[in-house]
Formats: sequence, C-alpha cells, structure tokens
Amino acid sequence: MARAALWAAGVLVALFLLAPILAILPLSFSAGSFLFYPLPGLSLRWYADFFASDFWLPALWNSLVIGLAAAALATLLGTPAAFGLWRMKGAFRAVALGVVLAPMVVPVIVVAVALLLAFGPLGLVATHAGLIIAHAALGVPFVVVTVLASLEGFDPVQLRAAAACGAGPLRAFFRVCLPQIAPGVAAGAVFAFATSLDEVVVALFIAGPAQRTLPRQMFAGLNDQISLTTAAAAGLLVLASVLLLLVVAWLQARGARRGGG
Amino acid sequence: MKRSTAALLTAPLLIFLLLAFVAPIMAFLWRGVSDAEVRPVLPRTVAALAQWDGAGLPGEEAFAALVADLREARAGNAAGLARAATRLNADQPGLRGLLPMTARRLAAPFDGPAHEAVLAVSEDWAQPETWGAIRRAGGPLSAFHLLAALDLRRDAAGALVQAPEESRIFRAVLARSLWIALLVTACCLALGWPLAWLIATARGWVATALLAAVMLPFWISLVVRTAAWMVLLQREGVVNAALGAFGIGPLPLMMNRFAVVLGMVHILLPFMVLPLVAAFRALDPRLPRAAASLGAAPWRVFLRVTLPLALPGLGAGCLLVFIQALGFYVTPALLGGPNDQMLAWFVGFYATRSVNWGLAAALSILLLVAVGLCVALYGRLAGFRRPGAA
Repeated sequence: MARAALWAAGVLVALFLLAPILAILPLSFSAGSFLFYPLPGLSLRWYADFFASDFWLPALWNSLVIGLAAAALATLLGTPAAFGLWRMKGAFRAVALGVVLAPMVVPVIVVAVALLLAFGPLGLVATHAGLIIAHAALGVPFVVVTVLASLEGFDPVQLRAAAACGAGPLRAFFRVCLPQIAPGVAAGAVFAFATSLDEVVVALFIAGPAQRTLPRQMFAGLNDQISLTTAAAAGLLVLASVLLLLVVAWLQARGARRGGG
Repeated sequence: MKRSTAALLTAPLLIFLLLAFVAPIMAFLWRGVSDAEVRPVLPRTVAALAQWDGAGLPGEEAFAALVADLREARAGNAAGLARAATRLNADQPGLRGLLPMTARRLAAPFDGPAHEAVLAVSEDWAQPETWGAIRRAGGPLSAFHLLAALDLRRDAAGALVQAPEESRIFRAVLARSLWIALLVTACCLALGWPLAWLIATARGWVATALLAAVMLPFWISLVVRTAAWMVLLQREGVVNAALGAFGIGPLPLMMNRFAVVLGMVHILLPFMVLPLVAAFRALDPRLPRAAASLGAAPWRVFLRVTLPLALPGLGAGCLLVFIQALGFYVTPALLGGPNDQMLAWFVGFYATRSVNWGLAAALSILLLVAVGLCVALYGRLAGFRRPGAA
C-alpha cells in the first residue's frame, strides 16, 4: 500500500517535470494561430516563419557564434587550469578552486550588473567580445569540474614514464594525458556551450541590438503577446538541449570505458 | 610535475577570472559601501562640516566653503554638480533642485557674511538635515546605501532612524525573497523525495526513464521552461481553455505568487532530486530492513534510520535549491506580478532604470551575504576538502 503510494507520487512528479515541455512542443506544429488545444491541424508554418524572420534568425546565429566562441575560450583556459589544480595541494589550491567555482554560485544578476558597469568604460558593452568574455567566465567552472573528474581516472605515473622516455612536460601532456581525458574535455566544452545557450540575464544587461541571442529574444517575445513563432523557437532550443544531452551522455560513456579499460 | 608548473598552468584562467569576474564584481560592490559623488564637487564644504556636531546650523566657515565650492563647480564641473545633486536627493528629496539653484543665485559676488546670502536663497539651508545629507555623503566610506537597503537612515546628529513609512520597501523585499526561496525549497523536498527514492530503488528501464525525466528538463533552457508555463497558465492558455470546456474559469493563474513558486519548483527540482538519488544509492538497503525486522514501526524506521543516513544528501539538495532560488530573476519577472519580484529584480531595476548604483550594490551585498552563508553551510555539510582538516 505504502509502496503503491510512493510509486504513484514519484511517477506524478516525473510527469510534472515533463508536462510543460510536452504541452508546448505540439503547439509549435499547429496549423492555426492559437496557443491552445485542440490543434486545427499540423504544419511547419511557424518554423518556416522562424527561419524567415529577421527577429529570430540573427538571434540564432548570435547564439551559435557566441556559444561556440565562449565554449572555446572556456575550454582553452579551463583545461590547463584543471590539470594544474589536479597536481596542486594546500592553501593555494583551495583559494584557486574557490575563484574558479565562484561563477557557479554568485547570483547571475550581480555578474550582469557588475559587468555592465565595468564594460562600459572599456567599450565592451553591446559587443560580441563582451558577451563572449562574460559567457566564458560563467561556463569555465563546468569545464574545470568535468576535466578534474576525468583526471581522477588518469594515473600520474604515466607522466613520469613519459618523462623517463625523454618527453618534455608539454609533449607528455599532449601525447599521453590529453588523449585519455579527451572525452572529459569535450564534455566540458559542451557544458560551457550549453551554459551560453541558456544564459539570458547577462545578455539582457550587456548585449546590444546586434548581440541579441535566442533566449534574449524569447524573453522579449514573452513580455508581449506570445506568438507561435516563439513556441517554434522554444521547440528548436529543446531540440538543441536534447542533442547536447545525448552528446554528453555519449562522451561520458566513452570516458567511463576508457577509465575502466 | 613541479609546483611552479602547476601554478603556471592555472595562471591564465585565474588572471582571466580576476579581470573579467572578480574585479568587476568588487568594483561594483565597492559602490555599495562608498560615496564618491559629493566630495569631488564640494571638497571644502565636506571638510568644514567634519567639525560640525549636527545640532543647529554649521558655522560661517561651512557657508563660505559652500559658496566657494558651488561657484567653482558651476564654472567648471556642471556634470559633477548634477551627479552630486542626484546623490543628495536620494538622501533628502528636494535637494536635486536646491544645489544648482543655489549655485546660480550665488554666482555673482555679494557683500556681507556668506550665511546670510545662502539662507536668503532657500529655507532649506536653514534645515540641519540639508547639511547632514552633505556630511553623510562626504565619503569616502559610507554606510548610507547599506542602511538604505535595510530601510534605515541616519539623521543630522548621526542617530539611526527608520526610513519614512512610504519608502520602506527593502526589508519586505528581503523577507519576501527569503520566504519564496524557503517555500520553493520545501516544495522541492516534498516532491523530490519520492521521485529520488523511486529512481534509487527501481531497476532497469524504469530507473533510466525516470532519471531521463529529471535530466531532460535539467538541460532545457530556463527561459524555455518559463515560457512553457506561460503558455499553460496565461488567460487564453492551455489550462484555462481546458477548464473552459467544463464551464469553469478563466482563472487568474499567472502574474501571482502561485505561478512564481510553481515555475521555480519546476526549474529547481532536479537540483534536489540528483543529490537525493546519490544519497539513497549510497544507503545500504539492508539497514532499514534490519530495523523493520527488529520490530520498528515504518515511521520509526524512517526517522531513526533512513532520514539520518540521507541527511547529507538532503542538506546538499536543500542548500543548492535555496541558493539558486534566492537569486532568481527571469522566472519571477515573467510569471509574477509587481508584488512577487525578488531581490535580483530590484538590483537590476536600481542599476539600469533609476541608475542608483550605490543602492543596487548594497542590495547585491545583502544577496551575496545570504548566499555566502548558505555556501559556508554547504561546505560544512558536503565537506569541502580543506588543508589541515582531519
């Protein structure tokens, strides 16, 4: 009896988690122009509208460009830093780790307003560079955490073996360590990209008209009458999230196999 | 690898974060505890007021300093004068106009003592509060913004007093933010516990499907999930259309506290479920069974065995949810009404719409202190590995 109640409660909560997404997705394929059921028919007209719109299409490009650049910057900075933190001990490590993880816990509104104030005199407000820097800072903790986790499965004796065979530290890192932790690095890059793709508050405060990203445009679209094109944009973002989730799951499975074998 | 090599590898990231993250935030927060607008414009006046006791009017030298400062500012620093007037207006409404007006009227040379000329310009200069506002804004350090963020102020004599009733809003906002965050955490715990238990104890595809139901929303953009709730809850939305078919409604489901809490619980629930799943998986299933076979009633097994063993995961989940809920901006802005906005909304409002950086910074400090306390608590519960810790 208690067991049945527990099952019912658990399944209901799982449905609560999925229901809003499942409710909005079919609407984006509606042939009509109202946001409720029953659908008058199915069509792709709202997706066609999305790809023809000069409100949404530039935002899609901005999201991709800014997300890729921010992920690249975060990965380039985060991977060596994680490697360094892995070899470090003591108080410096604790302080460095605190700084690196701070973007995860500082409320994003504080980051947004502080960057608006700091980037103004530097001419970085309303530029792609400014938003890329901000999103890289927000995404970098995910890179460091993911790479640190994959380094847990790497045996440092291999580095000494490489050194004994005459490889310099750089060569040892690139030829011995990096190939083994590559799935973790890639997963970290995907996390950083997803962080940028989701981010809306910093974009609201420091992006200009030329940097409007998809979530930023959705936020604007939600403040007035919600259109079905907004639902189509939501559908595309859900598709992107599912793809990224599958990529990370695949990378983590690969990393686990490597670590085990 | 040598210690210096390790430090060298982390250096680029640390420098990047110091420049692009730590320094901007520190510079912003500094505005919450400092006052830099008035001193550069009225340096002599601020210096002359340092000796004033705040009772009655200041001496002739303060009036003379004011005249000299205002003449200089009017001639060469009109923008600074306007900024100083705006800052003083935040303390004493009405001072925005007084400063430029006084500067204009005193620009021409006059005979007689300065205090007669100044007092002739406006009655306001006969109020100790006007001079108190200038002294309080003299900087460089000041608790003015922090006190304002707690609905407090100092009077001319320096005593703490409550802000006027009509402008007392921030303690209510702080209490509301804490209350919403607490409510969301409690709801997440109540909903997350059965689901996490199910995921941890189920086998095969059921466990995978349930875990996917948690992970998928976790990955989907926060704006998309908030948008989904708007589509469901709005006046001509899915829920009201369905209710209308039964002749009910339309109900006001959006722009209220209910919608904000619902949306936030939906977004933060995975942060509760995942630590709980980890805690339940680590829990030896033989222990509750042993307790039951020794004759403990189910509630006793729960209170004495399951709950204490799950407590670290439960604490971690609650703090993760609470920390994030405190700083929420997007969901209350889209789903809530004017009375459901949290601290973050006011930080954004004062920074951009009313350009009161000092108050925005002071509110951010409140928010960060609350978050910092939670992170410290999380560190104790989840056990950050600290050097020297046993």
